[in-house]
Amino acid sequence: MDMQVAKKKLGLKEKYQVMTRGLDWEPSYQKKEDIYPYASYEGIKIHDWDKWEDPFRLTMDAYWKYQAEKERKLYAIIDAYAQNNGHLSVTDARYINTVKLFLTGVSPLEYMAHRGFAHAGRAFPGAGPRVACLMQSLDEIRHAQTQIHALSNYNKHYNGLHDFRHMHDRVWYLSVPKSFFDDAVTAGPFEFLVSIGFSFEYVLTNLLFVPFVSGAAYNGDMGTMTFGFSAQSDEARHMTLGLEVIKFILEQDPDNLPIVQRWIDKWTWRGYRVLTLVAMMMDYMLPKRTMSWKEAWEVYFEENGGALFKDLARYGIKMPKCAETIALEKDHLSHQAWATFYNYGAAAAFHTWVPEKEEMDWLSAKYPESFDKYYRPRLEYWREQAAKGNRFYNKTLPMLCQTCQIPMLFTEPGDPTKICYREVDYKGSKYHFCSDHCKEIFEHEPEKYVQSWLPVHQIYQGNCFPEGTDPTVEGFDPLAAVLQYYHLEFGRDNLDFEGSEDQKNFDAWRGQATKNV
Amino acid sequence: MSTVFIALQTNEDTRPIIEAITADNPHARINEAPAMVKIDAEGKLTVRRSSIEERIGRDFDLQELHINLISLSGNIDETDDELTLSWNA
Repeated sequence: MDMQVAKKKLGLKEKYQVMTRGLDWEPSYQKKEDIYPYASYEGIKIHDWDKWEDPFRLTMDAYWKYQAEKERKLYAIIDAYAQNNGHLSVTDARYINTVKLFLTGVSPLEYMAHRGFAHAGRAFPGAGPRVACLMQSLDEIRHAQTQIHALSNYNKHYNGLHDFRHMHDRVWYLSVPKSFFDDAVTAGPFEFLVSIGFSFEYVLTNLLFVPFVSGAAYNGDMGTMTFGFSAQSDEARHMTLGLEVIKFILEQDPDNLPIVQRWIDKWTWRGYRVLTLVAMMMDYMLPKRTMSWKEAWEVYFEENGGALFKDLARYGIKMPKCAETIALEKDHLSHQAWATFYNYGAAAAFHTWVPEKEEMDWLSAKYPESFDKYYRPRLEYWREQAAKGNRFYNKTLPMLCQTCQIPMLFTEPGDPTKICYREVDYKGSKYHFCSDHCKEIFEHEPEKYVQSWLPVHQIYQGNCFPEGTDPTVEGFDPLAAVLQYYHLEFGRDNLDFEGSEDQKNFDAWRGQATKNV
Repeated sequence: MSTVFIALQTNEDTRPIIEAITADNPHARINEAPAMVKIDAEGKLTVRRSSIEERIGRDFDLQELHINLISLSGNIDETDDELTLSWNA
């Protein structure tokens, strides 16, 4: 009798073939264009879907296995962190304000990414990208869940984290990340993949999930470090999806190039504008800093993104035009953003502060061209004024950019003393923009961007007060009513860190942690 | 020439992986940051299954890299034996 020889397991390439193409089928009683109605209207021409291949060749069985292992590791650390009162091991309670921004600003985007990839995956006639989009869709909902779980540990102890989902749809600065994803998921499937899979994931997420998350670890926040790195290891796969999709689309038909280039130009700029929040998190909000925003930009965009665009040059893809503007802004972005939040610290769901002297010295060393000349004097003036009891809170509302929805806080490229302002007349109305790039994006799709829900406009129109509010009563305080509409508690969730409940509690609890009281 | 990189969490699982990468890619530069290691290499970087197996004394599936991977850049070519990152320009 012959020996039973175990059948050789399939190699990576054969398994991938069987678990993607092998699961696909040709429709017999419905037309393909009826099943995939969104595959053609953007003008992208695909001749052979089978040419798309996942270089990681990840299949569902391997996906479950490795994701389960990652989840076990992640929750082991989150549990240990919670059991050990890990929130008291962070450098300083100021740090927790970055977590507040993360939970309110970023986590809901993960959920939208989940929805977007589920939709895009359904829309593609090819089995390869469909499977990759399905896995990415699952990753994104996992990210939303793990972020909410990890950050909910802070919600038990600190203010401002109690109602992130409610705030995401209402609070003025959260309309910036929200509008970014709403814009992407309301585009066609190819634009969605270029916007999120390529421009955001490949070109920009490293800036959030690598140096910032390394900074979270440096500040003792093991929970954020773990979900951040665990999420970013999925991003490594997402980046390959983004890059492979770009290469695939460009190889399929030369007519695709101008469409893709326009999307890359648009989404690199839109994503960069959203990262304004990350710039100030890195430079101003981490008590212990790992690298400056400018350094991170140089490593992850100029070096890494530069290599990417050089590689794509063989298809005719050019570095987005906005890179020149961004290079001029990198010395200014975080300072201008933080100054704006300091101004509007009465209407934010986190605390603000003026950096300590040694923090300003760090900023001077990292920004020798700009910090001492433009920003230190202003911060020192604000510190003096606050010491005299004249802490300045801005009570008028800023003009917002119609495209990125950020207050017009940015300066002219090359002139940091002059606010950058552009406008467009469209169908009898005037629209305002923070930059040439946001203006161009609007001009290409005005019917989309005229619909933007701009928080400042909505407040002035009376649409941001709690139900039943009567703004005509004597002594009506519009700011107080808007904060109630946000579910933001005045004096607890906002204003200066100095003197806040968070600061007092953290000091008291940390004192107790080292004594028998 | 352009630089590719791979970033891994710093832990006991990745120590032998990082050793294997440095042995197989003498041109690679190791950058340590809090909780992570970023490995940069001009042009090309190869992660070899056999070199990792030599160090950990058991079979290793290259897809296990996903567990501790943080990020990477470059075009990817993965087989059962090697994962290569490279730029074409």
